[in-house]
Amino acid sequence: MSKGNQVLEEITSKEYEHGWNVNLEADEAPMGLNEGTVRFISAKKGEPEWLLEWRLKAFRLWEKMKEPTWPNVSYPAIDYQNIIYYSAPKKKATLNSLDEVDPELVKTFEKLGISITEQKRLTGVAVDAVIDSVSVATTFKEKLGELGIIFCSFSEAVKEHPELIKKYLGSVVPMNDNYFAALNSAVFSDGSFCYIPKGVRCPMELSTYFRINAANTGQFERTLIVADEGSYVSYLEGCTAPMRDENQLHAAVVELYTMKDAEIKYSTVQNWYPGDKNGKGGIYNFVTKRGLCFGDHSKISWTQVETGSAITWKYPSCVLKGDYSVGEFYSVAVTNNYQQADTGTKMIHIGKNTRSRIVSKGISAGKSQNSYRGQVHVLKRASNARNHSQCDSLLMGDQCGAHTFPYIDVENNSARIEHEATTSKIGEDQIFYCLQRGIDEEAAVALIVNGYAKEVLNQLPMEFAVEAQKLLALTLEGSVG
Amino acid sequence: MLTIKNLHAKVGEKAILNGIDLKVNAGEVHAIMGPNGSGKSTLASVLAGREDFEVTNGEVDFLGKNLLELDPEDRAREGIFMAFQYPVEIPGVSTINFMKTALNQIREYRGQQALDAVSFLQLMKEKMKLVEINQSLLSRSLNEGFSGGEKKRNEIFQMAMLEPKLAILDETDSGLDIDALRIVANGVNKLRNKNNATIVVTHYQRLLDYIVPDYVHVLYNGKIVKSGSKELALELEAKGYDWIKKEVAVA
Amino acid sequence: MSLKLKAMTGLKKKLLLPDMSTTTTRNINNEIVEAFHQSKFDVAKEYRNKALAFFEKTGLPAVKQEEYRFTPIAKSLEKNFDWSVIQSKSAIESIEEFLIPNLDANILVFVNGKYSESHSTIISPESEVKIKTLNAAFKTDSEVFAPYFDKILNPESDPFAAMNSALWQDGLLIHVPANTHVSKPIFILHLNDAGNSQVISQTKILGILEKGSQLSVIEKFDSRGTHSVFHNFSEEWIVKEKSHLEYCKVQNDAGKSYQVANTIIHQSDNSLLNTFTLTLNGELVRNNLNIIIDGENCESHFYGLYLLNGNTLGDNHTVVDHKKPNSFSNEMYKGIMDGNSKGVFNGKIFVRPHAQKTNAFQSNRNILVSDSATVNTKPQLEIWADDVKCSHGCTSGQLDEEALFYLRSRGIAEPIAKAMLLYAFASEVLTPIKNETLKSYLDNLIAERLQKNF
Repeated sequence: MSKGNQVLEEITSKEYEHGWNVNLEADEAPMGLNEGTVRFISAKKGEPEWLLEWRLKAFRLWEKMKEPTWPNVSYPAIDYQNIIYYSAPKKKATLNSLDEVDPELVKTFEKLGISITEQKRLTGVAVDAVIDSVSVATTFKEKLGELGIIFCSFSEAVKEHPELIKKYLGSVVPMNDNYFAALNSAVFSDGSFCYIPKGVRCPMELSTYFRINAANTGQFERTLIVADEGSYVSYLEGCTAPMRDENQLHAAVVELYTMKDAEIKYSTVQNWYPGDKNGKGGIYNFVTKRGLCFGDHSKISWTQVETGSAITWKYPSCVLKGDYSVGEFYSVAVTNNYQQADTGTKMIHIGKNTRSRIVSKGISAGKSQNSYRGQVHVLKRASNARNHSQCDSLLMGDQCGAHTFPYIDVENNSARIEHEATTSKIGEDQIFYCLQRGIDEEAAVALIVNGYAKEVLNQLPMEFAVEAQKLLALTLEGSVG
Repeated sequence: MLTIKNLHAKVGEKAILNGIDLKVNAGEVHAIMGPNGSGKSTLASVLAGREDFEVTNGEVDFLGKNLLELDPEDRAREGIFMAFQYPVEIPGVSTINFMKTALNQIREYRGQQALDAVSFLQLMKEKMKLVEINQSLLSRSLNEGFSGGEKKRNEIFQMAMLEPKLAILDETDSGLDIDALRIVANGVNKLRNKNNATIVVTHYQRLLDYIVPDYVHVLYNGKIVKSGSKELALELEAKGYDWIKKEVAVA
Repeated sequence: MSLKLKAMTGLKKKLLLPDMSTTTTRNINNEIVEAFHQSKFDVAKEYRNKALAFFEKTGLPAVKQEEYRFTPIAKSLEKNFDWSVIQSKSAIESIEEFLIPNLDANILVFVNGKYSESHSTIISPESEVKIKTLNAAFKTDSEVFAPYFDKILNPESDPFAAMNSALWQDGLLIHVPANTHVSKPIFILHLNDAGNSQVISQTKILGILEKGSQLSVIEKFDSRGTHSVFHNFSEEWIVKEKSHLEYCKVQNDAGKSYQVANTIIHQSDNSLLNTFTLTLNGELVRNNLNIIIDGENCESHFYGLYLLNGNTLGDNHTVVDHKKPNSFSNEMYKGIMDGNSKGVFNGKIFVRPHAQKTNAFQSNRNILVSDSATVNTKPQLEIWADDVKCSHGCTSGQLDEEALFYLRSRGIAEPIAKAMLLYAFASEVLTPIKNETLKSYLDNLIAERLQKNF
């Protein structure tokens, strides 16, 4: 026990690797939020009138809404007037080529292990990099363009493809969906947009990297992915932030839309700054992610590895509207020190013969609290719906908590729903077996935790799986209770 | 007793039986052999009336009735018994209660009086001896927590109780050690007579050492590609199935 | 407040209005508070006032409230009851048909919220168990129950518990002395007869099992008549060191009955608890069963079965709270929903910090038989200790197709095969019941229900 705690101590005192910040000159909105802020952002981005109106409508709704209190997390009240809602690295108005990207920025991303210069690209991954609030570079655009795939920043999409944005913006997550979605709808600064045309299988992984850099800023990006009939895309999302003593707000919205026979696979490795080991600082990660399986036989699969953020509040969900559509949610959420995570999914079965699968692995260490919250809802006309959920929790140490809140609501008698949850710790016999084979305790824990999370990690594309495994090991090695 | 003509069946879009012809008379034992995936178990399931399989063509006559038109329970009542390869576990239903219900429903179908508790128990005791199964097993929930051998013995016990006209043993030897195999085979042999018939579906010859067939058929790609006497089984054991596959390929 | 209340008498006509939302002028919470002021209570005035103060603060739960999300009970009470009339007479003379045949037990009977001495028969000697009405016990035995009364079941834990603590009409104190095995079970019949008019019953039981004692309790809830019945029932059971409580509840209301039952059981070291709850009938039944495991080496089994049809809403909320290390709890609730019925299950398992080596298991399985039946289930685990084994599982579905086929392939007709499987599914929860007379009675109830309806 004591040895375990000692090792835990060592590991948890490891510094957050991505905690540096870069001196980039930024173009910021004045602090605080009012109609003026919304107009400022819209004007900065040179947006059309309809979008400004959309934002203002969202802002007025937000003003009337209340911050949700039902999640199993606690934090001091957020002062929404003490946040900068827009911060962009200063640069030329438009970039003609990637060579013109601010060299500091290129370095920033190189530190993250992502190259945005195509010469040194990650093999087979196209990247859209978002720093603070603004998309700074998108790689491989031309190559994708040949297939008719649109992959660009949200702002660019507003200018170049207004008909698509008008049609799909808010179609999956309406602006009044919840408090943070409304806030995002009012002040979102940028994000990624992606459209895969009919019958196209996107030949490479598409990826967005998010980085909060400036102080006192919130980040409010929006991602919208539309997969037309019979198309397929795999999308990766990664995020980091510098170490700062104050908490920073991240309230993003992700909307996925699949038509008949289309499939979107969306993977996230979330590694926002979690705060220090005393719980100081860290990102509040309040995110709304939802996919709509609109067409028959369509499929949306969410995979997430959540290791960062002081507080996580997110429920990547699937609305299974099309007959025979499929929703999946694979999640590993790790909390340590004073981190709090309330995460899970919703599977809403509307169409006939819809299927969903939930695999959630929670790991809590330190003084953290880790909650799974999920809903499986089978509506009246959704005959033959199938769901299987597995929610496991692993506790390390006796100071943390694991919580499971699954809601199962069935209105159709042909549904078959199965939910299982277990709570356990790493077995001493397992550790001993490893030790006896010459594996040290840290490696043994990493091994066992990775084994525990394997079902989820296996869902990640190669490029991410390695990173995710390293992250898990880094956060938890040796945390044997 | 049983006449199968040009039977085709599929599961989903996949055709599994592609024109089976087979005639089984009272008093006969037929062995159906074949490599994995040849359609052996599908044939057994189609005869028992499993709804996962769709019959696309052909006919099956059983004692003058169109078998394919009957519900599974009516097939059982007409005298078809399938010993399952993987007998399902049913928590909460004891074998005794289960058998009593089955037997009396079959009797009712045949216009016979239901057995009272005493005569039922008597019959059960008698049959238990036949298949060397003890009562404690039968008081437990159906197949729940049974070993492989116990499950198979329970199948044969049920067969003894229901006295079918045609028994279909689906891979009854799988998962059995040699002693269990002997007990099961003995049970089957004791139940044989000139009025009933047996179809033994198996991958290996060894069961046929104990239950000696009158005819052996080789199923491959959903068709019977070769039929013969019990020596055919020995030939298969010696040469393997590749030989048959080659022959089919040449033809 | 009193000003508002005066206006109420004129509001009865508005009862018929379809819109009963909270913005209407009728305020059921005020009516309940007024009913309190109109009642004359002999005892427990301080307790009552405290509970009322709390009730005034919260009122009845709205459906927006998480704990009553699927159970619109405030609306039902608003629609069906007139709180200015509380007392109602029963026409029932014989209770024979409500008893469990051949059950050799102490029989305690409540009719329309009042303890009926004439219908009750106590056969156990007072040395084995002391049974008194609460009204009487308040005058003579306050030192026995004062440490527990309204403390274990805190009125602030639930609005109905608060209402009960303020407004209870009658109740019982059941006290088993140390090291005593009560040889005959205690059978408590809660009978509500709404043949003449509506009935509102609020009753309360406090049971104390001193160290090393043993008791078996069977509670049966019945109602009759065409008018509405609201029964708000609270009970507390204190199970001290090395004691053993067998608890069985049968809810088989034939009438237009709305029932809320708050049952809380407090366990100390080395105690053993078995509970079984069977819900068959009623318009709306809400059970809050809370088990506090406040001792080491305790064992707790709680089983439940809800077989619902018609428009019945059956809602079981259970909590097992492991506060100390080394205890074991096992929960199994099953439901079969037919007609337009609605099953609700919420099971919480808490494992508090330091409650190491806890083993807690829970399972909830549901079968929907008809097209319009629904189920809402929420198993919930909250764990703050690492060296524990906890799991929950829940399912909603139909009968196993494989099993059905197996039965049919042996010649059993489909409807009978289905009934057999449903019965097998349901009767598993009877396993822990030890009293054979009770067990076969329950078994018959279940078989009858399933044969009749499926």
